Amino acid sequence: MAAKLILSMDGAVLKEYVLNKERMTIGRKAHNDVVIDNLAVSGEHAAIVTILNDSFLEDLDSTNGVMVNGAQVKKHFLQNNDVVEIGKYKLKYLNDQPSQSSAADFERTMVLRAPPAAAAVAKRPEAAPVAQTQANAAQTQANVAQANVSQANVSQARPAHVAQMEATGKFSELSDTTAQQPVSGGSFAQAAVQILTGPNAGKELELVKNLTTLGKPGLQVAVLTRRPNGYFITHVEGATFPVLNGAQLNEHPHQLKDHDIIELAGIKMEFFFKS
Amino acid sequence: MRIEHALEIASQTHPGRVRAHNEDSLSCEPSCGLVVLADGMGGYNAGEVASGITVSVLTTEIKHSLQSVRPEDKDEDGEDVAVSLLRENVQKANASIFHAAQSQPQYAGMGTTVVAGLFYDNRVAVAHVGDSRVYRLRGDDFEAVTRDHSLLQEQIDSGMISKEDARLSRNKNLVTRAVGIDANVTTEVHVHEVEVGDIYLLCSDGLNDMVEDDKIGGTLHALRSNISLAADQLVKMANDNGGRDNVSVILVKVKGDFAAPRGVMAKLLSWFGK
Repeated sequence: MAAKLILSMDGAVLKEYVLNKERMTIGRKAHNDVVIDNLAVSGEHAAIVTILNDSFLEDLDSTNGVMVNGAQVKKHFLQNNDVVEIGKYKLKYLNDQPSQSSAADFERTMVLRAPPAAAAVAKRPEAAPVAQTQANAAQTQANVAQANVSQANVSQARPAHVAQMEATGKFSELSDTTAQQPVSGGSFAQAAVQILTGPNAGKELELVKNLTTLGKPGLQVAVLTRRPNGYFITHVEGATFPVLNGAQLNEHPHQLKDHDIIELAGIKMEFFFKS
Repeated sequence: MRIEHALEIASQTHPGRVRAHNEDSLSCEPSCGLVVLADGMGGYNAGEVASGITVSVLTTEIKHSLQSVRPEDKDEDGEDVAVSLLRENVQKANASIFHAAQSQPQYAGMGTTVVAGLFYDNRVAVAHVGDSRVYRLRGDDFEAVTRDHSLLQEQIDSGMISKEDARLSRNKNLVTRAVGIDANVTTEVHVHEVEVGDIYLLCSDGLNDMVEDDKIGGTLHALRSNISLAADQLVKMANDNGGRDNVSVILVKVKGDFAAPRGVMAKLLSWFGK
């Protein structure tokens, strides 16, 4: 389903445009794909370049500029539900293709390649329809992309995979770059380690990262990992393994329980959940 | 130091949490410093066939060739023999997949990515086709050594889309090159100097699509003293984040110098296994 633009003014929908061309122009003059006959709009005001499932908005040095979601832009990678404003007019961008950060979009890898061989691939019945439509899209965008994909043709598709698990919401967190929030499994029970012996006795270390290493490098190191199903301790290096509640661990990960006592490099510490 | 003592290698492959098949293949040959990873595509089990052919052709052929040639020598074009070995054998794998696909209808259209590293003489020759990657951790710096052959990478290169916006793209699954889909394949090969302490990561897109680069780097850095644990952890992270694709990783840690023996005496000695 190709992306669409809905043109409106003062809340009244005027027209709908399907983004089915590699480059669509918006402007006052009649030759534009989206004509807005208003003096506040430049002759050629803006353009939208569409490459397969992605569309990019570009201000063509217009007199009065282009806003997206209230902010002035020169160039913008359009996302579903973005509102482009030109003067008093609004253009809402709709793209119901799931974005990369949602669940259903993890389509299998496909190969883009030059046309001559495409015929050979179309022999494959289940891949053919997908390949054909995609090929057309690729063909039309070729000269716009200005990358080496000119004349690109989608030649072969892995069958699209139907995702069966995980709600979309979990994946929206993928783009989170704070590096601390777990991506799946929702919110974690917060946990910490309190040092019980040695010079740092009494200190508390909150486990805010997915990986926390403990110990002395070169002597003995263990790692505490935070996973959707809990916290685990694993031996990393050193001749001796960590001791948990008086018993020595092996090289495998071991799940931690509230108030477990860890002994590492001669230091005792307690693991506990913060409530 | 002999190559098998200079390198420590760990690997992991997992079908992920969504797909029934594992179409990734990998192989590690410590005795000749060779690691290969391929991510296959195609219906039924064709993806496995394509990646399997590629890994086995590269491994057996290069291993066999290295009994009679030295990777650090120059070939007639002035390139390291290692480079031409990689290039020729990716081409060989390409031909064999292409022919299988032409003669067997159920394999029509199968193909694979490939990424391979051949370590020799304090260097590594890295070959790749498609969107499987090599990253390097050197000190605190973690960076990609390869650049994907994908539509998205080409858009990034041409300035169409910023690196930050790339994560939002809906065109992530399009590769512009693959092994086995045409009569010929262009393999990208580069030689990099290696330093003691470097860790190289080869992975399929099942890792880098699910886990952000800085988290991959952070994990490698934290667990660099135990790379088999690091490999395990990376696969777990991809699966904890959804595991939408097969995920494969190979880690190579450089523990010592492995300069090729120079001079006649050194070569003689190396034959007797110093």
